[in-house]
Amino acid sequence: MLIKQSANIRSSEITPRDLYLNRRSFLAGVGLSAIVAGLGIKELVAPSAEALATEKIDGIQKSPLSTTEKITPLNDVSHYNNYYEFSTEKEDPAKLAKDFKTRPWSVTVDGLVAKKQKWDLDAVMKFATLEERIYRHRCVEGWSIVVPWVGFSLSEVIKRAEPLGKAKFVQFTSINDPGQMPGQRQRILDWPYVEGLRMDEAMHPLTLLCFGMYGASLPNQDGAPIRLVVPWKYGFKSPKAIVKISFTDHEPLTTWNAANPHDFGFYSNVNPNVDRYHSQAYEHRLGEFRPRPTLMFNGYDQVAGLYSGLDLAKNY
Amino acid sequence: MIRFIKILVFVSCLVPVGLLAWRFFGAHPSDMSTWGVGLGANPVEALEHKTGDWTLRFLLITLAITPVRKLLRVPALIKFRRMFGLFAFFYGCLHFSAYIWVDKFFNLHEILADVVKRKYITVGFTAFVLLIPLAVTSTGGWIRRLGGKRWKALHRLIYVSAIAGVIHYLWLVKADIHKPLEYGAVLAGLLAYRLVAWLRLRVNSNLVSRVPGKVALE
Repeated sequence: MLIKQSANIRSSEITPRDLYLNRRSFLAGVGLSAIVAGLGIKELVAPSAEALATEKIDGIQKSPLSTTEKITPLNDVSHYNNYYEFSTEKEDPAKLAKDFKTRPWSVTVDGLVAKKQKWDLDAVMKFATLEERIYRHRCVEGWSIVVPWVGFSLSEVIKRAEPLGKAKFVQFTSINDPGQMPGQRQRILDWPYVEGLRMDEAMHPLTLLCFGMYGASLPNQDGAPIRLVVPWKYGFKSPKAIVKISFTDHEPLTTWNAANPHDFGFYSNVNPNVDRYHSQAYEHRLGEFRPRPTLMFNGYDQVAGLYSGLDLAKNY
Repeated sequence: MIRFIKILVFVSCLVPVGLLAWRFFGAHPSDMSTWGVGLGANPVEALEHKTGDWTLRFLLITLAITPVRKLLRVPALIKFRRMFGLFAFFYGCLHFSAYIWVDKFFNLHEILADVVKRKYITVGFTAFVLLIPLAVTSTGGWIRRLGGKRWKALHRLIYVSAIAGVIHYLWLVKADIHKPLEYGAVLAGLLAYRLVAWLRLRVNSNLVSRVPGKVALE
């Protein structure tokens, strides 16, 4: 066995133990600082406000159904979107939906109708005069906005669809296209997005079939090219990018209701007294500092008659 | 030397809140109407979510100190554990403040109703409250006052707080659970390390206690 003689090292050359230990912790400290600071700085990049690729719409009429409340800035409404088909991060749909194809687009009408139809979107837009409807829009998460939508009452389309007498409900199906929509590659929700209304809710003048906002076509991230807006219900009851309208005799199974029946019901009327998902007594109007009390039916009392006699705590 | 490093780490831990404040107050801090604009369309939500994220991150960093110092053999890392733990508490306070002030505007009735009825707030509130005794007893004086064993037992509450924090996040999301699960996976790993270490200690002392005169290895 060969035991090597270690070279003669002067004791003064030996690194002091304290410094040796500290050197490693210095590296550790610097490493940790870099990681923490780096993660913090990553969040410095604020969302950019790029120009939207929308087209101006001409000939829009004003509507008495509009509110006079302060309109939320377009930049906020187009850069803060719950559009899980693209992403569950609210700032992402504006980026991810940039190349989303909105033409050619057709809407299929089927179910309990006289005749199954397939309408080209541009034909649908000519069914009635386009109106500006400035509506309050209340998300179930507790924030709200005021948006000048462009469209006409859904009843105009329902009339032309000629539903049969036994049709009691209208079901809406949104587009299913994982190729264009990254969020649909995961089963965050059961795609495609399905929503529905009772026939009388669908026929109500307030219910808006929507093609634009702020005087121009819908930005992709806001539900282009055709969406629904039901202002007295929580925002998820207003489906985006609709491809099919079906008439049925039974209550449709809506996507959020299927995902979480306890928190999200079929009706989901804005109601400060019913707290399934969380307390709905107050809301944060974007742009305002203080919370404001939530109004029954989001302030649209004219729909109260649709629910007289219905226990809204049970039929949430 | 170590003091310089500690100052460096301390300042880095302030970067997240510094950036948050920078973006909240904006270029003209005296003009209240511009507050929050740098945080996007919903500053209330941004404040709550970002402070919540950092509370969880610092809890996990704190829990990572012991595994990292043992595995990489850098015992001196223990000197940073208290700082990280207190920063977890600091961001927890910011998160809690964002909730009771900016979100609920000190509406006590609403807040109490939330804590009682919304299970994700019950568990979140628990996670925060558990950090208070840990922050209070974080000093050397308290280790002496309580004695090492009792102090160690009390500070095991951080496991409960971290678990409650992850559950709070998991229960609050509407559909996309992948972010809370990411935190959960890291936490599970850190707790697994603790579990294995504890089991090895027990096995060790069990084996050794059969041999008279021998002392258990650590």
